[in-house]
Parts: sequence; structure tokens; C-alpha cells
Amino acid sequence: MRQEAFVEKFAPLWDEFERWLLRFEGKNKKGALPARGLSAAEIPHAYRTLCQHLALARERSYSPLLVARLSELSLRGHQHLYGARLRVGAQVLNFIAGGFPQLVRREWGWVWLAATLFFGPMLVLIFSLQVYPDFAYTVLGSEQVQAMEQMYDPASRVIGKEREADSDFTMFAFYIWNNVKIGFQTFASGVLFGLGTLFFLIYNGTVIGGAAGYLHYIGYGKTFWPFVAGHSAPELIAIVISGAAGLKMGWALIAPGQLPRGRALAAVAQPAVRLMLGAAALFVFAAVIEGFWSPHTFVPIEYKIGLGIGLWLVILTYLVFAGRRGH
Amino acid sequence: MQAALIDTRRYVATPEGIELELALAGPVVRALAWSVDFFIRFGAALGVWLVVQLLGMAGIGVMLLAWFALEWFYPVYFEVTRGGATPGKRVFGLTVVQDDGTPVTWQSSTIRNLLRTVDFLPLLYGFGLASMLLSGEFKRLGDIAARTVVAYRRDLQHLSTVPAAKPLAPPLPLTLDEQRALIDFAERQVLMTEDRSHELAEIAGPALLGEHHTHPQARLLQYANFLVGRK
Repeated sequence: MRQEAFVEKFAPLWDEFERWLLRFEGKNKKGALPARGLSAAEIPHAYRTLCQHLALARERSYSPLLVARLSELSLRGHQHLYGARLRVGAQVLNFIAGGFPQLVRREWGWVWLAATLFFGPMLVLIFSLQVYPDFAYTVLGSEQVQAMEQMYDPASRVIGKEREADSDFTMFAFYIWNNVKIGFQTFASGVLFGLGTLFFLIYNGTVIGGAAGYLHYIGYGKTFWPFVAGHSAPELIAIVISGAAGLKMGWALIAPGQLPRGRALAAVAQPAVRLMLGAAALFVFAAVIEGFWSPHTFVPIEYKIGLGIGLWLVILTYLVFAGRRGH
Repeated sequence: MQAALIDTRRYVATPEGIELELALAGPVVRALAWSVDFFIRFGAALGVWLVVQLLGMAGIGVMLLAWFALEWFYPVYFEVTRGGATPGKRVFGLTVVQDDGTPVTWQSSTIRNLLRTVDFLPLLYGFGLASMLLSGEFKRLGDIAARTVVAYRRDLQHLSTVPAAKPLAPPLPLTLDEQRALIDFAERQVLMTEDRSHELAEIAGPALLGEHHTHPQARLLQYANFLVGRK
């Protein structure tokens, strides 16, 4: 069949198919292309016919422009027929209700490793600083130690002072901006064969442990602990989970098994990023508490510590038990 | 197809037994698109900042949240809801698609954009550039992990610049390469002198040009017009 005859015979089908594409893509301006159009049931067949025409046109060396047009139509058809559906609302709900805890349990090995790398240095420092407090200057540097002493000094009451509501909001925004970024960095730098994640976990564990240990030793514990208690659970767990996601990616590059490294990385990136997004939600939750609850001193200290411990229990219970049934 | 040649195309085999072709975008055009996006983000941040000046202390919070969103989720938002292209990519006709040619999913978009942090290292997308050059498909680390590629959006209107003439079907069937040669010749005629294009057109020979060829280049132009589908 010559090209003219081919085009004349099948062009109406291609136009119909394009019309459907435009309608589907929401680009059909009113009246630009007349209605009628293929029904949803006819689309798969029309698409297959189109693919066949493309193959024929290529095989018969029809003009490059005709081949390009058919190729373009096929590509768009392919995108609509095989593309993933976007139902974000339902996906988010499922994820919170069970998907995230399930994922954390499935990756428990990485979560434990990340927790050890993070809480290990932290606990070691908290306890060792009770015996060798001067070590804090080595770990944190003298400037940071002084800044902390000022900030949490029970006498200066900066942390205890009641502040305005808009300043709460500013701090909340700052914690989002800063802490989620730390989480994202901990995760993303796992692509450097896990080294970046390793660094961020140990570094943050060391700094936090150094600060907590030193402040407790010099007797500022009664301003420090009530301040951090509330948001400690979501924030520290979120760091650990970001780290687990990063380590998982790093290990895929170190030991890719039978896959090429790129493919091994791609295979674990999906679950890893889902872990990271769950962790990001925890960071946001932590920022809400840290911005709007933690700095206020009108609440008795026992309540603040109590809420902190309560949140540890709730979040750990959620991660261990949620989503075990159903699905 | 011609996948064996060194070129910047990716061929995707579909279940229908055809191959779709994606024209991959290289580092330079992607860097340009990124700069456009950078200025748009910068402008947006500046806009928020001006508004914030009126709000006082709470304004700093709004500013930080806006910057956070612009920094991490601006590309994800546009890639997922606007056909795989941030405004910068749209300017240069680029689009992000999955390796198999389907639209980018929100998970993949999130992966590739979070991993920008690492692609950006040690400075100005150094790792990203190295990865693009080594991967053979211009994938930065984020693209490798997310299974995505950045490709050119096809625009058929701009595909051909053959000068108009009365279309005429060639007297014998031509192979694809011959057709391409004719179209390329027609597109470049304007760049040549009359004598040179006459000289080149005569190479086509009597079988294609017929007996009387006082203006063989004009005749080839007619064929080219036919080949690009004009009527």
C-alpha cells in the first residue's frame, strides 16, 4: 500500500484517537475538535491498531514525519494506558493507618542498625559526661557549650519565659525547615555508599548526647529535660528511620547481589523513600510540639515529662502493632 | 531500530510489540532549565518576603515554611501535576518520564528530587554531572534511583522547516534514509548558493528526477514537500 492510500484510509482513526487523548489530557478547548470520539471501551483496540500502523509505517519506510506522528500518538496512548493512577488521598490514609508501620517492621534490621549508630554515641556521651564533664568541650567546642549554658540557665529563664504566639509559629517553621532538612540529608547521603548517613547518624547522636549529658551534669537538667521531653520521641525516632532508609540505599550499592549497582539502587529506592516520607511526617509532628508546647512553662514539669514518656509509648506501640491485621 | 548507533535516544519496547523513542536531554539544557527554575523560586521567595514585611515576627515563620516548600517540593509538585515538567523544563521542552516512557509517579519524583542533595555535591551538581556522563542515558544519581529519564517533549509543528512548494510524489519508492536525505537537503537549500544546490541535486540522477531537469533542486523540493506530508 502506498503512503497516500495508507494515510487516507487510516487518518480518521488516528484523528479520533488524538481527540480522545486531548479530551483525556483536558486540553480540548471548546469547539476546537468536534465531539463524538471513541468510548472508553474502544480505546484499547484503537490503540493496538495504532501501534500496528506505526510498525507498518516503519517497516514500509513511509515518510519520517508520518512515522513521527504515529510514534508520538502511540507514546501518549502508552502513557495513558500504562501510567500509574494518582489517588494520593487514599494512599496517604492507607500509609498512615498501616503501610508505614508495616514498612518499618519489614526493614527492622536497618532500623536497629540506625538506632544503634544514633542512640549508641548519645547514651555513651550522656553517661560518660557525668564522670568526665570536661570532655564536653572536646565534643562540642567551648563556644557551643557557652551558648547552651546561657540558653538553659535556670536563672536567665530565656527558655522558660512565656513568649508571644507569633514567636511560637516562627520557631515551629524553623524546626520544620531545619529538622526535616537534616532528615532529608541523612537519607539522601546514603547514596554515597552509606557513608553520608553513617556520618549524620553518629554526628547528631554525639552532639545531642553531649548537650544532654553536659547540661544534666551542671545541674540545668530541670530546664533542659522538660523542654526536650515532649518532642523527643517523634524527632529522635524520625532521625533513626531516615537513617535506616539511607543505610538501605547505601547497602544496595555496596552489595548489589546479582544486579548492576544502578538497578539494585533503583530496586530499594521506592521502599526507602516511603520510609523517609513517614519519617518526615514524624518530624513535622515533632516540630508542632517543639514549637507550640515544649517552650511553655505554665505546664508543670511532671506533665511535660509525662507527655514525653507517653509519646514514646504511643509511637513505639504504633510502629510495632499498627497494620498487623487486614490488607 | 538504530539503537546500536551512538545517539541520545532511548527505545522502549511496549507490550504491543512496537518501540517508542525518547530523545534524552543532556546536561547543558538541563542546567539551563534548572537556572530558570532557580530564578522562579528566587522570585517567589522574594515575593513572599515582601508580603512578610507587613506581618512582622510571624512573617519570618511564613518565610521559612515557604522556603522549605520551594526548596524541596517545588519540583515534585510540578513534575507530578503538570505533565512531568517544572516551568523551567517546560521552557526548554523537557519532561521527566519513567524509564518505560510512562508519566513520572509521585514516588519517583520524590526520590529524584530528594537525592538532588547528593547530586549537588561537591558543588554545582558535580556528582550529578559525573553520573550523567557515565550512565550513558544522562541520568543523575536521583534518576538512577527513581528509574526516570529527562526527555524532549515532541512538537511536530517544529519538526520540519522544508520551504513550501507544490508537493509531488516521487516516481519510485524510497528507503527511509533516502527520504531523510531528501528532507534534509530541502531544509538546507536556503543556506546554499543556487549553483551548489543545483550541483548536489543532480546527484539524485535521472531515475528520480525524470528527463528534463533544468531545476533539479526545485523538483527535489517538491518531493520533500510530499514526504513531510503536505498536500
